[in-house]
This record gives sequence, structure tokens and C-alpha cells, in this order.
Amino acid sequence: MTNSKDEIKNIPLKEKLILTFEENSEKLLGKKTSHISKIKQKAFENFKKIGFPDPKSQAWKNTDLSEVLSKDYEQLFNFSTEGTNVEELFQCDIHNFDTHIVSLLNGWYVNPSEQITKMPDGTIVGSLAKATEEYPELIEKYFGKAQNKNNNFTELNTAFSQDGIFIFVPDGVEVLKPIQMVSIINHEKNLLVNHRNLIILGKNSKLTFVQCDDAINHQTSFTNTVTEFFLEENSNLDHYKLQNLNNNSSLLNSTYFKQEKDSNLSTNSIILNGGIIRNNYHVNLDGEGCNSEIYGVYLMDRKQHVDNQVYVDHAKPNCTSSQLFKGILDEQASGVFNGHVLVRRDAQKTSAFQTNRNILLTNEASIDTQPFLEIYADDVKCSHGATVGQLDEEAMFYLRSRGIGEKNARMLLMYAYAAEIIEKISIEALQLRIDDMVKKRLRGELSVCDKCVLHCSKPDKEISFDIDMSKV
Amino acid sequence: MAKDKDKIIDKVTGDDYKYGFYTDIETETIPPGLNEDIIRLISKKKNEPEFLLEFRLKAYRHFLKLQEPKWAHLKYPPVNLQDIIYYAAPKKQKEFDSLDEVDPELLDTFNKLGISLEEQKQLSGVAVDAIVDSVSVKTTFQDTLSKHGIIFCSFSEAVQNHPDLIKKYMAKVVPYTDNYYAALNSAVFTDGSFCYIPKGVRCPIELSTYFRINAAKTGQFERTLIIADEGSYVSYLEGCTAPQRDENQLHAAIVEIIVMNDAEVKYSTVQNWYPGNKKGKGGIYNFVTKRALCKGKNSKVSWTQVETGSAVTWKYPACVLKGDNSVGEFYSVAVTNNYQQADTGTKMIHIGKNTKSTIISKGISAGKSNNSYRGLVKVAKKAENSRNYSQCDSLLLGDKCGAHTFPHINTNNKSSIVEHEATTSKISEEQLFYCNQRGISTESAIGLIVNGYAKEVLNKLPMEFAVEAQKLLQITLEGSVG
Repeated sequence: MTNSKDEIKNIPLKEKLILTFEENSEKLLGKKTSHISKIKQKAFENFKKIGFPDPKSQAWKNTDLSEVLSKDYEQLFNFSTEGTNVEELFQCDIHNFDTHIVSLLNGWYVNPSEQITKMPDGTIVGSLAKATEEYPELIEKYFGKAQNKNNNFTELNTAFSQDGIFIFVPDGVEVLKPIQMVSIINHEKNLLVNHRNLIILGKNSKLTFVQCDDAINHQTSFTNTVTEFFLEENSNLDHYKLQNLNNNSSLLNSTYFKQEKDSNLSTNSIILNGGIIRNNYHVNLDGEGCNSEIYGVYLMDRKQHVDNQVYVDHAKPNCTSSQLFKGILDEQASGVFNGHVLVRRDAQKTSAFQTNRNILLTNEASIDTQPFLEIYADDVKCSHGATVGQLDEEAMFYLRSRGIGEKNARMLLMYAYAAEIIEKISIEALQLRIDDMVKKRLRGELSVCDKCVLHCSKPDKEISFDIDMSKV
Repeated sequence: MAKDKDKIIDKVTGDDYKYGFYTDIETETIPPGLNEDIIRLISKKKNEPEFLLEFRLKAYRHFLKLQEPKWAHLKYPPVNLQDIIYYAAPKKQKEFDSLDEVDPELLDTFNKLGISLEEQKQLSGVAVDAIVDSVSVKTTFQDTLSKHGIIFCSFSEAVQNHPDLIKKYMAKVVPYTDNYYAALNSAVFTDGSFCYIPKGVRCPIELSTYFRINAAKTGQFERTLIIADEGSYVSYLEGCTAPQRDENQLHAAIVEIIVMNDAEVKYSTVQNWYPGNKKGKGGIYNFVTKRALCKGKNSKVSWTQVETGSAVTWKYPACVLKGDNSVGEFYSVAVTNNYQQADTGTKMIHIGKNTKSTIISKGISAGKSNNSYRGLVKVAKKAENSRNYSQCDSLLLGDKCGAHTFPHINTNNKSSIVEHEATTSKISEEQLFYCNQRGISTESAIGLIVNGYAKEVLNKLPMEFAVEAQKLLQITLEGSVG
């Protein structure tokens, strides 16, 4: 036992990070006296103490980070667009999908004109670094308040993050245009990125937020991102996560949602490619009458690894939560699902549902699923289910008996399987786009595009199955 | 109405432990403590062959390197292993040939427990191996069994009479390196049951072991080894009780089952160790490693357990489905009340092709107790076409208890199907109303509902045990369940 712990402590990356932090502390901490600076200093001290997680621990035993952590990474402490044509990189355009786009390049906010925008309705969108200067009272009130204490990678992020997206929706404002965040990694060397987002929804407000993580070259990168969402009373957040990275990229995406009374959350993750992807969802239902819907679909192949960790904390009565994660694992891909629903002692009248379904297509693919329920209140309705299986033989036979080729029939069934999640996307344009991407993905045509997936403004050809689905 | 119901639930969950008496039998004990000398002393007392002592010492040396597992959803003060007496035996002059020679106090004890060795012999035809503290006091029906070639005796006897079998099979399913408590048990185990069913024999009667902790300050560390040779069948029962004491006593047992081609073993447990008083004082710590190896093709193992006792339970009967087409089953009812804590479940390891497993687990928590299901279903790459179905339900009686489910599923091939389902709920107002409406009092209705809820598992118990298990549910939960 002691041996393995020593090994963890001796991971050079940790030592290196500690040194880098100390060398660059001025840049990282900013004004020594500020509130944020204190939080960061504390997070750094804590990271120094706890380091990287024990690979044998329950939370990490199924996701092996040893290779990721053994690599040598560069960190960028200053923003530069050197070697990148920013204009060309961020020409995002989805048909009929009018969004307000905010972009991150290697973890830094990119906008040639202004760092922070205040819209007529009072909504603030922009760089977190800039917001810290301009709206310190907002940042102080919220920054670091939703995150988990003692999470190794969150502490690392808190200590090292310098920039990210900041969104503030004032009370009573409905943001009509979805805000889309595009985070792109483009660097010639191995890169470690710690960026941080803070999204605040005031009372009775409404926001649609699309979060895209992409890598545009094939360099190794390790992204450790933390996003904190605050949903004040009766607010409504529609959140989408699109992940399409190259096989050398590792992405650790932690999202913390803190929900107040009667707030509504719907989060939808579409995971299409990536070397190692780990998504942490931490939902804290901290007011009565909250509702959370947490959905995800993952389609992995080659040696890709996906890990979804969902933690729903029912702290107050009369809340509902539902989780649905579906995955298809092909070739040597591996998947992990760990759902944990905690119903605290006084959280009576809670309804919590949790489902994880998986399809394994080869003998080399593997899945670990752990749907946990931890319940301390008696007047609750909780259920969970997990299945691992294959495409339905009978359905397959049905299709084939009607003259549909095996390959097509398989594709159809897989598509139908994934469609359950895609149908939950409420923005029509986005739904069509993702639908298209999933079809492409299933046909093996969507590896990582040279550009961000959402860039393909006009798909070279309309993707449809060889048969007319409406007649099936 | 709601208050009424709460009162009734309080009442039905507040009954006392009925087996808490202590029998004053002359007992031979050794000084407390855990070290190599104690292990040598135990081994000497039991007149063991050299290989067994070596095994114990190896296990002990390994044990020293281990740390107590902390991952379970349990909270209890640490156990001081140095305070425990590792060997306590009712004094006896010689081997008993018939029941008349057994200490009348002892017979009385078993009569009080409702396990009349005498009566069982005449009426139900169950062969009983009764174990008090560290040693086996009596095994009934040995003659009848030996006619079929079945060996059913205490572990110590087996060591003396069949050392070759012990050497061949012991620690093959649960090696001493397996876990903390398995290592401890391997070092200090004192007795247990041994059973060998020869090829093609269908054991004509149920075999049963009855465990009783009697002496104070002792721990019970027994080992059970069951070998079912090709084409054989045996149904095996296990029951346990202990006196009421304020201190916590440790029970760390190992059960190993080896099943050959086409053989079947049905293992049923009714665990009713002293659960501690209403304030959570005293009670048995029950840390048990149970594992069955389906070694041969078409073999089958079925675990059925009714867990009502113990202050703390840490127990995961497992099936290693190594032979092709082998089948593993796990049926469990776990009831916790007052301050009891149970972390129990199963492991199904699919290694052979076309292997099947079923898990049905029903947890009932009341009072301030915590009841967790923890399970693992693992399908290895080569376990093609294997199938698992798991269902774990929890029922909450009262708003201060907890019910938790921690399933782990690991699948590594494309042709297997694994399903897991779980629900957590309380007794619904509608169900109660339905019963009330038909003139059934709330108290009887709760009894009915709990019983109906557990029925699926209780049905799997052999008849002799089903009655006892139902009685136990009554004792643990109320006066009128049934």
C-alpha cells in the first residue's frame, strides 16, 4: 500500500506543477489581497497536499491516467495567438442556428474587439479574467462556491486557471439567443490547459448554453476544465456539451451545478471522440422544487475511453432528478459510468431516477457501470437500472426480413438507440446538426474533422441511410 | 393516521432479541491475544498436522501486512484483536457416540434455540453439526450419511481423518491473501464444518451447521468447506445465535464451496447473531468471506440468506462461474433495525461460456439502521453468451434509517447481457389503505406487506428453514408478521 502512495507522490508532473506555480505565482494569483487570490492560494496548498488521485481509489480505478500524467506538458501563462489564424479558426456557423459565440483558444478568451460585452438587457458575456477586474462583487459572491472540496483536479484547476468564460444573466432576463462556447486546443507542443468558466443565472432567468470542446490538430493535450453554474430561484438552464477531440487528447470536464428553489436544469452531453474523456457532473439540489435532467450519449471506438461520473445531491425536499446515459462501444473502446444519487435525511418526496444502457459491439470493448443510490429519507421514489447488451436480435431479424442489408440494419438500430437522447435536444437546429453528426459518426465518417465539427457549415453531402427511413 | 402508523412501526420494530441467554457450561479458554505463540497453541490443541500450522503462520505473516478495509458503508469503533480470546471450547471428556452423552446443559441450549438435536433427528431428518464457540460439539446422523459415502463432520475431525482432502481443497477458493478478515481467519480458525459429497450422490437429507457464540470475550473464527463431486447434490443450512452482551464480539468466518461437473449446492443461511440493544450497544461484528467455485461444467450454486442479526454485517457470498454453463444464484433478505448496519451483497464472476447468474436482494431498514447492497457482476472476455439479472429492492420503515445500493457491473464481451434494476420506497399509503379498507388492521397490513415483499426470497429456503426465517422476520420486525 505504502509503495503505491509513494509512487503517486513522486509523479514528476506534480513536482513540476508545484515549481511552475511558485515561479509564476505573480501571474497566477494577481493582486495578493484579492478574494480570488486567496482562494487560489488555498487551492494550491491543498493540491500540494493531496496531489493526483490514487489510481486504486474507487473513483479512479477504472480510468487509468498514469500515461496522461507521465507526459511532459507545457503551460501557457500568457495569451498569444501566435501561429494561429484566429479569424479562420472560429468561423462557426450552423445552419439556422443563430448563436452568440464566445471562444477559447488554448484556454484563453479570444475576441479581437472586446474582452467583455454587456448586452442591452444587462446580460454580461466575456472573459473571466476581465470580469474579475470589472465585476469583482459578482465574482466574489459566486467563484468557488459550487465546487467540490478536495477534488484533486478541481483544486489543480482553481490554482492554475487564469481565464475562461463568464456569463451573468440578470434577474428576470430570458436570453433568447443561445450562447455557444467553443474551446479549441491548437499548439505545437504537448499542452496542459486549465480553464475555468463561471455562469450565473439570476432569479426567473433563462439561458441556453452550448459548450463545445474540440482539438484541431493531433498534438497531445490535457485539458482540465471546471465550470460552475449557479441557478438562482426559478431560473432555467438548457445546457449542451459537445465533445469531439482527437485520440491524443485527454479531457477532464467538471461541471458543478448549484440549484436554488424551483430552478430547472437540463444538461445533455454528446460525446463523439476523444482519447480519454472524463466528465464529472455534480448537481446540488439546494432548494425545494428543483428539477434536473441529466442526459448523455457516448459513441466510442478505437482505444478511446469515456468516463461519466454523475453525483446528484438531493439536499432539500420535493425535488426530482433523472439521469439517462446511453453508450455504444466499438473496437477496443472502454466506458465507465458512475452515477450516485444521495438523498439526504430531510429530502422527503424526492423522485430520483437513474438509467445507464450500453451496447458492446466487440469482445475487446468493455464497460464498467456503477449506478449507486444512497438514501436516508423514507418518503422517496428512487430507482435505477443498468444494462449491458447487444443490438436486439429480433429487431435485426425483422429489418433483415424486410430486405434491409445487415450493415444498414445495424446502423438503423444504433441510430434509433442513440436517438432517444438526441430527441431531448430542444433547439431544433442543434438537434438536426447533432443528429447528422451522430449518423456520420455511426458510419465512421466523422473522425475528428480538420476543423471544429461545428464549422462544417455545409456538410459535403447530406447524410442519410441508404433506405428511406420514413417508409420503414 | 400517519402518526398512528409511525407508532405501529415503532412497535413492530421494537421487539427484543430472544436468543440472548447465556448458558453456563464449563469452558476451556486460552489467554487473549494474537501472536504466533497463540497460533501454535491453537494448532497444538487441535493436534494438527504440520502443513496446517505452516499455513496458519503464513496467513498470519501476511495478515500483519494488511490493513482493515474501510470502503464499506459502515461505521464502528475499531476492533482490538489483542483483546480477543481465540480459542474457547465447552470442556469435554471424550468423543460423543450418542446424544445421551452430551452435556445436558448444552442440549438444553439447543432446545431453547429451537434446534433440538434430538428432535431434529427424529422428525425432520436434518443432519446437524452444532458448533459452540470454537469447536464442534456434536454432529448428528453421521452413520446414515457415511452409508452414502458422504463425509459430514467438524473441520477438526476432517483434519485428523481426511488430511489429504483438506490439503487438496482448503484455501483454494478463498486464499489467505484474499482479504484482511480471510487472512485473520486462516491464521486462527478453530473449527467449522467439512462436507464431501462423492460422485453421483444426491444427499438424502439436509445438512445443517448451527453456530453459537457462548463464552464472553471470544471471537468465533470458523471455516466451512463443502466439496460436491461430479453429479452430486446437497442442500446445506447454516444458523447462528449469540448471547446478549454489552461488548462487541467478532465473528470472522470463511465458507468455501467447490462444485464439480453437473453438481449442485444449495447453501442457506439464517443469520441471527445478537444485534446489540436498542441503543446500539453490544452485538456481533459479522465479517464473513463466502465464496463458491463452480469448477465443473453445468454446475450450480445457490446462496440464500436471511440476515436479521449482527450489529455490523460485512458479507458478500460470491460465485465464481468458471465451468461452462454453470449457474450462480443469490437470494437475500437483509433486515436492519435500531442501530444495526449491514453492508451485504454478492459477487458474480462469469468466466466460463454460457454462464448464468441471478441476484435477488431485498433490504428492509427500520429504526436508525443503515442497510446497503453492494454487488459486483463481472463478465470476463471469454464468458461468451453469459447472462445476469439483478434486482435489488429496498424498503424503508421510518425516516431515520438509510437504504443504499452500490452495484458494480463490468462487462468485457459483446455477447453477454447484464441487467440491473433497483427501487427504493416505503410502504405506500395506498397499499395500507387498501388493506384497512378490507378490515385488516394497520399492524397486520404492515406485516403482510413486509412478508409479501420478502416472499420471493423466503420461498427459496428449504422448508425447515423457511419456518425459522419467517419466525425471525417476526422477531426482528414485530409480533404479527406471518
